Amino acid sequence: MSYMRSSKYLFLIVILLAGLLVAFIPLPVPQNEPAHRIFYVDSRAFAFTPAEIKVNQGDRVTIKLTSSDVVHGLYLDGYNLEISADPGQTNELSFTADQAGSFRFRCSVTCGDLHPFMIGKLKVGPNQLLWRGAGLAILAALAGVWKFRQ
Amino acid sequence: MTRITLNSLPGFNFWVKSRWPQLIIRAALLGGFLIAILAGFFGTQVGNGNISIVAVWIAWWAALILVAVPIFGRGWCSVCPIPMPGEWLQNKAVLGPPDSGSSSKSGRRFPKKIHNIWLQNGAFSALALFSVVILTRPIVTGWILLALILVAVGVSLVYERRAFCRYLCPVGGFIGLYSQLAPLELRVADSSICASHKEKSCYRGNDQGFGCPWDVYPGGLTANTNCGLCMECLRTCEYDNILINLRSSGDNFSQVRGQGLDTSFKAFIMLGSAMIYSAVMLGPWSELKDAAYQIGSLPWWGYAIALLALTWVALPGLFYLTTRAAHKLTPSLRNPKQTFNIYSGVLVPLSLTAWIAFSLSFIFANGSYLWPVLSDPFGWGWNLFGTAGIDWTPYLTQFVKLLQVVVLTAGLFWAARKTRQAAAVMKAPRQALPVTIFTTFVTFILLWLFIG
Repeated sequence: MSYMRSSKYLFLIVILLAGLLVAFIPLPVPQNEPAHRIFYVDSRAFAFTPAEIKVNQGDRVTIKLTSSDVVHGLYLDGYNLEISADPGQTNELSFTADQAGSFRFRCSVTCGDLHPFMIGKLKVGPNQLLWRGAGLAILAALAGVWKFRQ
Repeated sequence: MTRITLNSLPGFNFWVKSRWPQLIIRAALLGGFLIAILAGFFGTQVGNGNISIVAVWIAWWAALILVAVPIFGRGWCSVCPIPMPGEWLQNKAVLGPPDSGSSSKSGRRFPKKIHNIWLQNGAFSALALFSVVILTRPIVTGWILLALILVAVGVSLVYERRAFCRYLCPVGGFIGLYSQLAPLELRVADSSICASHKEKSCYRGNDQGFGCPWDVYPGGLTANTNCGLCMECLRTCEYDNILINLRSSGDNFSQVRGQGLDTSFKAFIMLGSAMIYSAVMLGPWSELKDAAYQIGSLPWWGYAIALLALTWVALPGLFYLTTRAAHKLTPSLRNPKQTFNIYSGVLVPLSLTAWIAFSLSFIFANGSYLWPVLSDPFGWGWNLFGTAGIDWTPYLTQFVKLLQVVVLTAGLFWAARKTRQAAAVMKAPRQALPVTIFTTFVTFILLWLFIG
């Protein structure tokens, strides 16, 4: 009985430690020379083109936003930056991509029915949160099915 | 498992037995519901500037999925305004029961052949096909809300009790599914009292209240699924034998007993819909959004077929193959259909957390639309509370991703634990392996959709 209980606690401790490790252990980050990346993003109801932008962490990013139909905006989650573009005009947003991960950008000016779903993605370096999430999921599944009790 | 009975709290019985608090809340919600219908028809047709869209699909939906369902189970059903007018007409009373007390039995019984949730599954899927339009066009939302209330009235006039809620409401189906996980339950204190009580006033009604509007005999309640927490049985029980308990979440969620195929499919429909909605509404794929929006076009037909195929064929089919593999790995006494039904119960926590993760994205990104429409519900330029000028601002968008990881991981843990319990009771512990691989794979897809 005491053996069962101690093995249960041992298992819980191992799972917790593994979880902490997966969640917080520093992962190797590819070292790339920072570059200045310029993207021409066209907006129309209800799409950004390109819809996905990939840069390396540390890059200087310039987004030149144009609109093909009505006024559109671009709000970048995480960085909390925003610009808008009138039809036929180009507006520019520059920033250093210092936060790694996947960030949605969304239209910030009401432009029609699907306005809330007008979304694109900025991917900065490797998406560590996704990999850590997958690792935690595997641990959660193991913890759930592990039989530590008769 | 330990339960805490809330009835012993001072004043608890008074508040739940009194009809006034429930009536006041429901009447206020009915007022809001009618405003949403009017705004849908007569307000601005800019979705995020109209209270019908913002209050219903952003605020109410988030409150339902993030708070009401996980904590209170069918708590929303106890205050839902949709069946109110129908109930009034059916009961011929607004507040208390008539002297006979049993008028909610008037009307025919709902056809026994459809005493299941297949119609609710169909209704939810039908709405899902048009969801992008419903969620963005106020007039469509207005029609949907009006139709819900008219159908509820019509059903109440023909059939007894709350047949609409129990068998037709597209929302009630999944609330019932997820209420199994809630930490709140209504149960009897002593079932022997019920067994010896000939009048069965909880089911038939008396001068204190109506017979169970949900067509449930409270004395036999072992699961939350069909109990609408309307509190009528607390009012009618002559022995104060009905309790509201707090328990550990999902304590009665015993998939080992197995659930019906209709309930199993509800889990697949909910899981598949959460995936599709996430791809359409949170993803960067504009072709998908256009396809979901352009109803009747060729791309829309593709979208509709894909949605139905995923929720009704692909997910159940893959899961069936998984449970077949589990059965081959360690044969048990259950036949393949029983094995499928038993293990499909593990998708209930997984799909609930998928919906929570989806709703987190939605409410934090779009919640700030609520402030302007509170002051200007119709988009007519009003400024009732001085909040009409508040700009749209997404809240804590990156923090939401961390929350989503936690929520999805917790859902997988819960599902895996239930899988192990089911496999252990069936004396086939190795069956847990393929099922857990399936749920883990689904979680990977969800993680990719939300934070990829």
